[in-house]
Amino acid sequence: MTSLLANPYRPYPARIDDIVIETEDGNLKTFRLVLEDEDTRARWSHIPGQFAMLSLAGVGEAPIGIASSPTEKGFLLFTVFRAGVVTTALHQMDVGDRIGVRGPLGNGFPVDGDLKGKNIVIIAGGFAFTTLRATLLYMLANRGDYGKITVIYGARTPGLLLYRDELKAWAERDDLDTYITIDREAPGWDGLVGFVPTVAGQVAPSPENAAALICGPPIMIKFTMPPLEKIGWTNDQVYLSLENRMKCGLGICGHCNVGPVYVCKDGPVFTRAQLQSLPTEF
Amino acid sequence: MKALRLDQADLERWFANWAKTREVYAPLEQSSTSQSISATRSYVDWAILRDGRFPVLDRGLPKSPIKKFFLPQPEVLFRSSTKKDDPDAFVLKEPEEQKDRRVLVGVRPCDARSVELNNLPFEKDPYFQSNRARTAIVGFTCRDRCQTCFCEAVGGSPVGTEGMDIAVTQLDDLYIAEVITDRGEELVQEGGGAPEASEEEISRLKESKEQVKSLFSSMSDLDHSLEAMKAKDLFALYNAPFWSQLADSCINCGTCTFLCPTCYCFDIQDEVVKGTIRRIRYYDSCMFPLFTLQASGNNPRGQKVQRVRNRFMHKFKYFPDRFGPFSCVGCGRCIRECPVNIDIREVLRDLLAVE
Amino acid sequence: MSTTNTVITEDIRAKAKELLSSGEVKAFLGFTDGTLPMTTRPFVARRPEDAERLVWNSFCVMNLANYLPELLKGVEPPRGPKDPPPEGPLPKVGVLATGCWSRNIVVQIQENQVQRDRLVILGIGSRGMVDRKKVMAQVGGKEILAVEEGEDSLVVEGRGFKKEIVRGDVLRDNCQVCVHPNPVIYDYQIGQPVPAREIEGRFRQVDEIEAMSSEERWSWFQNEISSCIRCYACRNACPLCYCPTCFVDDSRPQWVGKSVDPVDTSIFHILRAYHCAGRCTDCGSCESACPMGIHMRLFTKKLEKDVLELYGTEAGMDPDVPLPLTTYKSDDPQDFLVTEAGGQASEQGRK
Repeated sequence: MTSLLANPYRPYPARIDDIVIETEDGNLKTFRLVLEDEDTRARWSHIPGQFAMLSLAGVGEAPIGIASSPTEKGFLLFTVFRAGVVTTALHQMDVGDRIGVRGPLGNGFPVDGDLKGKNIVIIAGGFAFTTLRATLLYMLANRGDYGKITVIYGARTPGLLLYRDELKAWAERDDLDTYITIDREAPGWDGLVGFVPTVAGQVAPSPENAAALICGPPIMIKFTMPPLEKIGWTNDQVYLSLENRMKCGLGICGHCNVGPVYVCKDGPVFTRAQLQSLPTEF
Repeated sequence: MKALRLDQADLERWFANWAKTREVYAPLEQSSTSQSISATRSYVDWAILRDGRFPVLDRGLPKSPIKKFFLPQPEVLFRSSTKKDDPDAFVLKEPEEQKDRRVLVGVRPCDARSVELNNLPFEKDPYFQSNRARTAIVGFTCRDRCQTCFCEAVGGSPVGTEGMDIAVTQLDDLYIAEVITDRGEELVQEGGGAPEASEEEISRLKESKEQVKSLFSSMSDLDHSLEAMKAKDLFALYNAPFWSQLADSCINCGTCTFLCPTCYCFDIQDEVVKGTIRRIRYYDSCMFPLFTLQASGNNPRGQKVQRVRNRFMHKFKYFPDRFGPFSCVGCGRCIRECPVNIDIREVLRDLLAVE
Repeated sequence: MSTTNTVITEDIRAKAKELLSSGEVKAFLGFTDGTLPMTTRPFVARRPEDAERLVWNSFCVMNLANYLPELLKGVEPPRGPKDPPPEGPLPKVGVLATGCWSRNIVVQIQENQVQRDRLVILGIGSRGMVDRKKVMAQVGGKEILAVEEGEDSLVVEGRGFKKEIVRGDVLRDNCQVCVHPNPVIYDYQIGQPVPAREIEGRFRQVDEIEAMSSEERWSWFQNEISSCIRCYACRNACPLCYCPTCFVDDSRPQWVGKSVDPVDTSIFHILRAYHCAGRCTDCGSCESACPMGIHMRLFTKKLEKDVLELYGTEAGMDPDVPLPLTTYKSDDPQDFLVTEAGGQASEQGRK
């Protein structure tokens, strides 16, 4: 190749260092990966909200949001839902197995830009909490850069909540308001019960100097917007992360375009205002 | 610019000399008559020029564009092995760089320009750039206009030299070769040179080009106002009513995209055969429903009308928004080959009419 | 000049206009003129005035049955995936049908892809369609700028040439051996039925291939598909190919590689042909659609011959005769299924 060193298609070799089964149905696992090359490991940096291609030689690649914060050094976390060919194969792998990581890709949340100095409201549903975990940890590590931080996170059942130990720890912090909810009453659950949009409406975070980062199933996003809009939130305050099909991750191959933008390169994070200037092909 | 004068024998000498160190490709008759089946086919397409054959230049554009030399179908991105005893098992490695140099002879201005347009998205793609670095283009400017040509409407020219290393123009009794790049100069040397064209010949060259240009303009049924499209509102174009009529006829095959010089969308996939892994990229088409299907089952372009629209919107709105020019060279292959005669020129007229 | 085709065109327009005006059909599927000589475009007329754009000529090579399942869905009132179907009859669609297309409609009815009572079929006896690749070959591959169609001839013109071609010489291969030119089901007859034909050597191209040695046959097949670009125009032009996800596109599991490796391309063409066995009417759409000039209808023609010889049936001749390969009978022939151990078939089967 003319510039072999800069081959953006080449993944970094990595080893699986740890695997945590996150949910009771076993469909979500968090993989802790350690890049094999020390230099690469030292040079690695990413922005919360970015993703990487997890590359299984012989199987293929899948774009997965980076669940670890840039402030967590030496390893990368990916919480992976078993859905397609690659993620199914990944779920069958063991600690010590070799995989590839290609990235970081995409834009990420503007944690060092527009979000700085703002009150932050994180709203997540189901297994879409992954890059928001990265974002939250980053913000907690740089706590002085942000105002009030509110986390609203829900899952169908307690057993489907991600990062349960961390959720407990966050609930005990006094520089953070957490609202963890499940869809229906469940034995042993003494926390909130109700859908995320309902809880968001009850919490009613003030739009004053604030930004909301919302990740979840389309239906959750759809129903979360009206209660927020009712209390004055505008589309340019709301950040969403898209999940179009991606292959190259470089804005070339054409799979993820939404009008003139490529989700893999210009996204995956967009404000709702940006999305309204695009065809609804996401 | 340096201009040389050649006759056909000189050109043949160049081709033969180049063939000593390079692969020389040209448009050639691809006829196949099965031994006994009374079924034959015949068209002109890119093939290795050998045995003293001369490029076929009087049968319109070759069947396929030249993109396969830059975006091969498939391109091997990496190799690896699945063998347990291999310490580098599952570590993807680039294949050895292809060093064979190639010359494409008889490339028309539209096809030559396609390489420059594709270079915009592939600017940092090492595979594309490697192929580009080893592929020289000896273009032939146009004399006749194919009935499906609309190169000028999308920013090209029948006598354009964009993307060429050497541009050959045929006058009635001789050829003038304009040497455009250093690589072109190298080719001239390797070919064995040729005398410089006289002033009289150069003025004949200019005259001929002017003639061709005015001939093309007079025959063009698309005016030159296509640029106006770039300023049109995305949603006005996107929501235009004619897309659904177009989708009524379209069968959603990949003919237009695969034979288009500037359709470059691809997919990446791993293949494993007997312990050897190949990660390849190969042509994909936004016409295919699975192109946008997400693992969750959601499909942002699940409807045919959305896919049909995307191809044209990409070429004439999304790509220019990003890179400037249209992603189309006006070669007309999609018009010629579409099984249901979807004519991109009609789409352009419809788009231009959108307020 | 009035020809059979111009008369048919007038009749189609009149009938389509009537059907659209009266509201009997919501859409009418036919052809309109293409923008290049020797091309037509499948076209959906939705308003009475659209009917004026309908044409009938020797270049109507796409099988309209291919569009029917989607068009029928498209004219239904919009509803969500879980909503019940509306009460009362669903809107109808008008369509042109020659012999082979009508037989494909029959197959679609048998396979529950279309409903007979939602179709208004205008039957046309087909005089055979012209293969534009054959016409181009007649003028040495030169660009044809104009074609005028007479009753039995074509006058083609290009830069520096003008030539009269006998229509019968450039008919598509499938039309040359067509024995069922008249529609088997229709609501209105347009034009006159075409006289029944006696075709000598109806399977002559297949016979030629069968006469080859196994190696010759394989090399003929490989040569035929060597130019395939996997655009799937053949599949997408085919009224039999309506699977929501084709086996070549499926990724879970992935049955076949997606690039142009000869093995993958072979598998695609062989499986495509076998999926059409007992259902194909040799309409020739696949071959007409192919941009690379591959003669893929010979693959399905072989299966048409086999099904005729083994089961004595032809696809789509009668809605009440079940499709041979989706019906079990205790006396079904099976000699071709089992070969004695050590025989050639089982040898190959193990590979």
